[in-house]
Amino acid sequence: MTLKTKQKRVLGMVLFAGCVGLSLSTLAWSDGDAWYEHDREEHEHAEGGFYGNTSDVPMITNAAYKTECSACHFAYPAGLLPERSWLSVMNNLENHFGENAELDPETQATITRYLQGHAADRIPNRFSRSILRSIRPDQAPLRITETSYFEHKHREVPDRMVRGNDKVRSFSNCLSCHSMADKGVFDEDSVRIPGFGRWED
Amino acid sequence: MKKYLFVAALMLGATGENISDLTAAEPGKQLWTQMHMQKKLGKQVSCASCHTADLKQAGEHLRTGKRIEPMALSVNPERLTDPAKVEKWFRRNCKWTWGRECTAQEKQQIMAMMKAS
Ligand code: HEC
Ligand code: HEC
Ligand code: HEC
Repeated sequence: MTLKTKQKRVLGMVLFAGCVGLSLSTLAWSDGDAWYEHDREEHEHAEGGFYGNTSDVPMITNAAYKTECSACHFAYPAGLLPERSWLSVMNNLENHFGENAELDPETQATITRYLQGHAADRIPNRFSRSILRSIRPDQAPLRITETSYFEHKHREVPDRMVRGNDKVRSFSNCLSCHSMADKGVFDEDSVRIPGFGRWED
Repeated sequence: MKKYLFVAALMLGATGENISDLTAAEPGKQLWTQMHMQKKLGKQVSCASCHTADLKQAGEHLRTGKRIEPMALSVNPERLTDPAKVEKWFRRNCKWTWGRECTAQEKQQIMAMMKAS
């Protein structure tokens, strides 16, 4: 092992310890409290020091990911699924939700690395943490739309606005309703459902 | 004089290419709209299902609704400029739409149609 890789390992271990610490503290807050009833203020407070404007999911920074994974749908923010989910998605591109999204091995490896590094279990964002908490540790859902956090947040959105709506078609098309999803913004206030307008609770 | 000959040769060359493009474009059109059964979807599909039959128009991914820029080079000069991209999408889309890869000749005919549109 060269000195450099050794250094990297040590750094990795420190980062990992940091992540464990962070997730433990998250667990501590949520103790006894349903994840979806969380007070927004508390989160924003706790996160203020990390990412500045942290109620938003970090924007996508990787060029290969942006090009390859936005051809058929908008590029989903990496922070909306855990690492284990992204690995399953990336290892099954030939049969990708009934579609063929094969890549050459090099591009595939680049994108996988990017997704791993920015997955929900790697970033301190409130949506990421809520999604993570709604997935059982032994599960690796392939869809954001199948996580119970997602289902809970969208339970009041009727089918006629989604599958019955030619401009939406499926919940997977985040950008058709979340008008600023490509900037990592998913707040209720920015929701505009095509043909129905603003979302009023 | 030499200069004129050269220009004349160029013009001939250019029209020659156009003629062969136009004749290849016809079979391309048929391939483009020919329906095939997509088993996973349970529906008949063609290249036009996502790209539309009028190559000058923008298409729409038939499942996600995402906009796909026009395929005609006359309105979208970026088409066919990146060989790796072209190959990648021929492989994916032919397999998905037709259930098999396109032959070299079929690809030629389709590209000729894109250039002529
Ligand atoms: C050839 C087209 C195509 C390409 C390229 C593609 N996808 Fe997809 N993807 C789809 C389709 C179709 C769906 C299903 C959409 C639906 O159910 O409405 C989907 C769904 C998904 C979902 C699930 C969304 C949800 O929560 O419901 C994820 C995650 C995903 N894709 C990730 C990726 C990644 C990562 C890449 C790049 C490596 C990629 N996709 C490239 C076509 C594609
Ligand atoms: C049909 C339109 C529609 C689509 C498509 C859609 N959403 Fe939503 N989403 C909504 C609405 C409406 C709300 C607010 C619901 C409420 O508060 O009752 C919402 C809320 C949310 C929230 C919670 C926002 C908050 O401030 O608490 C998140 C996160 C979210 N959506 C993510 C996504 C993601 C990721 C996708 C794509 C995989 C997606 N949504 C697709 C309509 C949509
Ligand atoms: C399910 C939707 C879908 C179908 C069906 C489909 N395509 Fe595509 N095609 C796409 C998408 C998405 C892209 C990439 C986005 C883009 O380049 O705008 C693409 C890109 C291409 C390109 C790349 C052109 C370039 O230079 O940029 C070619 C060539 C192509 N398709 C040919 C075909 C052919 C031939 C068929 C029929 C056998 C076909 N497509 C069927 C969705 C589809």
